[in-house]
Amino acid sequence: MPDVVLITGTRKGIGRYLVDHYLAKGCVVTGCSREPFEGPVPENYFHFIADVTDERAMVAMVRTVQQRFDGITVLVNNAGIAAMNHLVLTPMTTVQRIFATNVFGTFVALRECAKAMMPARYGRIVNFATVATPLNLEGEACYAASKAAVESLTRVAARELAPFNITVNAVGPTPVMTDLIRTVPKKKMDALIGTQAIRRMGEHRDIANVIDFFVSRESDFITGQTIYLGGIN
Amino acid sequence: MEDLKRRAFEIVSKAVVELAEDMGFPSLASPVETTPLFGGEDGIDSLSLVRLVADIERAAERDLGKTIVLADERAMSRRSSPFRTVGTLSELLYERAGESHA
Repeated sequence: MPDVVLITGTRKGIGRYLVDHYLAKGCVVTGCSREPFEGPVPENYFHFIADVTDERAMVAMVRTVQQRFDGITVLVNNAGIAAMNHLVLTPMTTVQRIFATNVFGTFVALRECAKAMMPARYGRIVNFATVATPLNLEGEACYAASKAAVESLTRVAARELAPFNITVNAVGPTPVMTDLIRTVPKKKMDALIGTQAIRRMGEHRDIANVIDFFVSRESDFITGQTIYLGGIN
Repeated sequence: MEDLKRRAFEIVSKAVVELAEDMGFPSLASPVETTPLFGGEDGIDSLSLVRLVADIERAAERDLGKTIVLADERAMSRRSSPFRTVGTLSELLYERAGESHA
């Protein structure tokens, strides 16, 4: 039986890369985004137009995937948004939007997929953190705080779901060239990369590598962990 | 309506019996409406409740064609828990199934 992988935020960027990555490994891959999938839909990939902040839509999507494929093996909680600004200049609506996607969206996908994983008493859940949290990056107060919440959620969920043999971990990427950081000035980006032990921009494959480790069958003793890329700790 | 009520009770009862078999709860082997579930001295533990809720939601999807989340705000803010007995949980499922669209 191939793994059934659900990835949120698959229209482009890292999510889109992970679709191809897990299809290439022979998995059945399902995913969602607010907008239609960009480009031709690959074989064995099933796309849902669903906003992670819409609880009803997420519940319906997860139940549909569960029924169609008789369970879900892997959840990659990739969907996320960022807004970079000094906190004094950050409107409350921005804070709400960031938390709605990054924290509440991660939560509802995690909750529903955990239910779908319980009958098989097996599951792998990977959330997305960020190096902005341990680095306390200025200009990213809301984004870093939302991802700190995701890390905490990861640790507690790991304990609550361990009895069902479901592991919950998080990957904390360094900057990767995506829409999230396209507007960040080069000088600022260079300074950020300068804080890493390994001073280069992250790549999609770096993130996929950590996720591969977390979701492997052999990683059944690894849970509640956040792995940061680039030598940040 | 009576039919839905009966089916809701059947779904809950079946899930409770399966839980009883798997987890070793002899007091739940033949559930009736007053059978205690969660919150009392003789009830199930929280982990078993988690499993029971997930099992019932899945069965509702399969048998009733309804997408239901039992632990929603209204259920969790009730003065008395809907997870107390087989009867109260069946009533909650009946209510949500009546509201839910397939």
